[in-house]
Amino acid sequence: MSIGHTLLGLLESGPRHGYDLKRAFDEKFGHDRPLHYGQVYSTMSRLLKNGLVEVDGIEAGGGPERKRYAITDAGITDVEKWLATPEKPEEYLQSTLYTKVVLALLTHRDAADILDSQRSEHLRSMRILTDRKRHGDLADQLVCDHALFHLEADLRWLELTAARLDKLRTEVAR
Amino acid sequence: MTAPAGSLLAAEGLRKTYGPTVALDGAEFSIHAGEVVALMGPSGSGKSTLLHCLAGIVTPDAGSIVYAGREMSGMTDAERSALRRSEFGFVFQFGQLVPELTCVENVALPLRLSGTPRKEAEKTGRDWMARLEVDELAKKRPGEVSGGQGQRVAVARALVTGPRVVFADEPTGALDSLNGERVMELLTDAARSTNAAVVLVTHEARVAAYSDREIVVRDGKSRDMERAV
Amino acid sequence: MSARRWAGDLAMGARFALTGGREGWIRALLTAVGVGLGVALLLLTAAVPDILDARHAKEDVRQDFSLTPPKIPAADDTIVVAHVNTSWHGADIRARLVAPDGAHPPVPVGIDRVPAPGEMYVSPALDKLLKAPGNGLLRERLPAKVVGTIGERGLIGPTELAYYLGERGLDRQIGHDPGVGRIKRFGNVSGESSEGLDPVLLLLVLLVFVVLLAPVGIFIATAVRFGGERRDRRLAALRLVGCDGRMVRRIAAGEALAGAVLGLVLGTGFFVLGSQAAATVELFGVSVFPDYLNPTPALATLVAVAVPAAAVLVTLFALRRVVIEPLGVVRTARPTRRRLWWRLLLPVGGLAMLAPMIGQGADNGNFNQYLVTGGVLALLVGVTALLPWVVERTVGRLGDGAVSWQLAVRRLQLSSGTAARMVNGVAVAVAGAIALQMLFAGVQADFTKNTGQDPNRAQMEVDLPDGVQVAAAGAKLEGTTGVRAAVALSRTEYSAKRLDPDNSMQLIVGDCAALREVATLPSCRDGDAFLSADWSDEPAARKLLAPGRAVWVDPSYSGSPGAEAPWTVPAKLPKVATRKDALSTDLSGVLVTPSALPAKALTGLRASVYLRLDQAVPEAEEQVRTAAMGIDPLAYTWTWEATTRDEKFDTIRTGLFVGAAAVLALIGASLLVSQLEQLRERRKLLSALIAFGTRRRTLTLSVLWQTAIPITLGLLLATAVGLTLGGVLMKMTAVPLRVDWPSVLSMTGIGAGIVVAVTLLSLPPLLRLMRPDGLRTE
Repeated sequence: MSIGHTLLGLLESGPRHGYDLKRAFDEKFGHDRPLHYGQVYSTMSRLLKNGLVEVDGIEAGGGPERKRYAITDAGITDVEKWLATPEKPEEYLQSTLYTKVVLALLTHRDAADILDSQRSEHLRSMRILTDRKRHGDLADQLVCDHALFHLEADLRWLELTAARLDKLRTEVAR
Repeated sequence: MTAPAGSLLAAEGLRKTYGPTVALDGAEFSIHAGEVVALMGPSGSGKSTLLHCLAGIVTPDAGSIVYAGREMSGMTDAERSALRRSEFGFVFQFGQLVPELTCVENVALPLRLSGTPRKEAEKTGRDWMARLEVDELAKKRPGEVSGGQGQRVAVARALVTGPRVVFADEPTGALDSLNGERVMELLTDAARSTNAAVVLVTHEARVAAYSDREIVVRDGKSRDMERAV
Repeated sequence: MSARRWAGDLAMGARFALTGGREGWIRALLTAVGVGLGVALLLLTAAVPDILDARHAKEDVRQDFSLTPPKIPAADDTIVVAHVNTSWHGADIRARLVAPDGAHPPVPVGIDRVPAPGEMYVSPALDKLLKAPGNGLLRERLPAKVVGTIGERGLIGPTELAYYLGERGLDRQIGHDPGVGRIKRFGNVSGESSEGLDPVLLLLVLLVFVVLLAPVGIFIATAVRFGGERRDRRLAALRLVGCDGRMVRRIAAGEALAGAVLGLVLGTGFFVLGSQAAATVELFGVSVFPDYLNPTPALATLVAVAVPAAAVLVTLFALRRVVIEPLGVVRTARPTRRRLWWRLLLPVGGLAMLAPMIGQGADNGNFNQYLVTGGVLALLVGVTALLPWVVERTVGRLGDGAVSWQLAVRRLQLSSGTAARMVNGVAVAVAGAIALQMLFAGVQADFTKNTGQDPNRAQMEVDLPDGVQVAAAGAKLEGTTGVRAAVALSRTEYSAKRLDPDNSMQLIVGDCAALREVATLPSCRDGDAFLSADWSDEPAARKLLAPGRAVWVDPSYSGSPGAEAPWTVPAKLPKVATRKDALSTDLSGVLVTPSALPAKALTGLRASVYLRLDQAVPEAEEQVRTAAMGIDPLAYTWTWEATTRDEKFDTIRTGLFVGAAAVLALIGASLLVSQLEQLRERRKLLSALIAFGTRRRTLTLSVLWQTAIPITLGLLLATAVGLTLGGVLMKMTAVPLRVDWPSVLSMTGIGAGIVVAVTLLSLPPLLRLMRPDGLRTE
């Protein structure tokens, strides 16, 4: 995820302090990994240098640095360009899981067991996400659904693999 | 193995064959009050048969099913029917609403089968429809509502008697994700609020994620993942 | 292009009808059986004129009498035939005595030679009866040697009982016994055709056919609609792959056509099987040979063309309000509420057609057959137009009830048309039958003649031919097992002239005991004579009663010689009152004891012996017939009944009963079929309802209500229409208007019975469908 573009996007709704930016980011996108302050300031200084944001004002007193950032026209164009550019699809080769399954078959262990316990683990995560989704707002739901669908994709791979275990066993044994 | 203490519905050693097909081959199961358990497994694994056995719709060839301390295999057909009427609720994949009855009449049907007067039954039915956010459909016939709405009506019908166990067989199978999730939310919320147990047959992980735990059925055998771990 | 496209589409439909997997086969078979049964009935109807013709032709060929017998002198090629019909336990036996006059007599049809005296040819059925154990009395009555059986050509039906018995000396009875005559050959020589049907009888025959065929037509229309919903779904699938609206309609027509053609084949099969079976069956005393059942070619062709055409038309008509879209079937929005006015057109039109003929039965006017048929058809078919409206309105108002009631009522509200269609046939059949029963009950009075016989006074009568010793015959009959009393009374007449007198007086001859059966005698000794009190007033009679007058007993008439015995009217002729319950109303005149007449007068008497039977003796009647046959083969024995009905009338009523039974059975079958089909369509739902604990009883009751409600409405409407039609028909035939409630109740009862039977028969499949296995998807 491009943190720079995300912060820029957050600024589009209006100028914000760095602290506000972090809070907004965490709230919407950072459930699993909250931003460090340092990350915010280093990113903002890079954006400042590239002319994508400007300093709207500095608040006196209190905290260490109370700069208020605003997005520039170049920044808006940049966000637009970023949103319009499709992401390169990432292919996850289920390398670890795949390795485990093949190893289990090679060593005549029950591969179905591995798959079942993996599914169980996946479901455990999915339950947590589902629960969060049910108690969160729309943004929570979107984020959780994204994760849920990925986990579901894993699980479907698991199901398919489980259904093909017999075939896999003969191939591996060859 | 005996049923875990405090379980509302438990089964062990279930066997059922349909002709040459072995549907259940020593399956076991247990559920507590207020718990949501997903029965998962590939199609043809026997999960629907397990549900039918647990609900007393189908009599297993062997094994025991204990509901609230009573052995179900000892019950007559009439007793099991009465049990299904008063203690169990059902949601099927395609709603299976009676097409001639209006939605509220469909919801009120289980109550009326137990002898509740029509007015009272329909009032309760309307309350449940409101809880499932479909009360505006009361006067419509099932043919005039969408799949998601129909399924919510079906959920209302399953819950209207205040059942202690709700059996849901692929309740979202015919719905899109959004409608499916809504139905699952409403179903599990409502069940939790009445402390009803839910036995949920599904092959979709996202639907199973609404459960508290899952039991995997494969080749007629069951595997309780929580206790296995 | 279009002809080939059409043919292609029709063929595709036909293929769907036959190759739709197991479901398709069952559906095609149901349709075919339904249509087939209808076709069989239609063919039977088409054969009826032939059956009547064939029987008539055979009757003609073997005819051996004429109403105005020509005087034929005895010759080498003549034969004397005597009709001595008798009966055995209620079954009529056609009996003939034959006495050839020379060496080359005509031979009766169906046998190869004239039996010699003491020999007998019998029909196969009579042969069987003679050989059967326990029929000793019959063998005693027909002791002659059986030398052969009568062939099919000489019988009108396979179960007909008949014999030809060789006899001698029959010629002396010619001119005395109307049942004895001399003929030159067998067959209708006089060219007299049998009497034509009374216009009222003709009307009844016509009505029986209309009333029976109307429901058959409706039945066929229902049969081709079996499986309609499934077919609609299939058509939708065809739309999805690119068929246009017209194509799917043609394909549907092809499907219906295939079913109808298959039905034609099956129907022909049923008909052939049925006609084979017909040889072994005797319905209401009528049996037919299989080869009688040849449908008139024109009518058979009409059936072969009309049935498939009707099937196609009905299908297209049923699809008229259905829009088949690629993604499913849409019935044009919410069907509009049924309107009453056009539905009333049919029955009102029917009444209008019948109205001009009211009262024509009185002056024996002829009924316009087309107007009658049209009017009755319009009224009956009007039932099918009115019924959907009635059902819709009524079920729309039905209120609350138990769950079973609610399920049934709601279903009826949603598809009142289907429900109405299911009972249309029964309603039409019952309406027609009620009307006919009413008319029959009314006409019955007209066609039932009072015989003047009082079965309480005597149960049988044996009429003796000339020359039989009355006293001996009476004594013999009195001694027969089962006879309590025998009263022998003879009659003759006397007149002032010996030959061809203008006036005559009846003479009743019997002993004192016998005469007391006729009149109240103050005292009586042999040699006494009396006069019935009610005879003396006419001047001509008064002359003949003058005491001491010389008269001739049994005068001769030209062509019919009498005894011509001279007698003197007794001086003492006390008037006696005729008994109100005299054996016969015409037993009055001069009552004499035998000694009061000269011996010569006693030879020309027409004697009858009246018998009182002991009803406790089981075969008393057969004993009497056998004894009478022993006295003289020409003795005519018969059983007294208070009334007799015209036999033709009986035959028509028989036809109605047989037909109504067949039609209702047919409709019952179709009801069952569509009932089962509806149940199968709802299999999943039934299983789901059972799953959440619905009692089987509730579902069963709801199925019962679903049939019972429309059938009740149908029967009510049928009763109303039937009574109206019956009333109009009675007005037409000028019969006093009277509602025959027992027959109304029995007809509606039969209709209701059909529904109960159908529901009961559909219960086992219903219970099977309600098993939870229905929930399994695989």
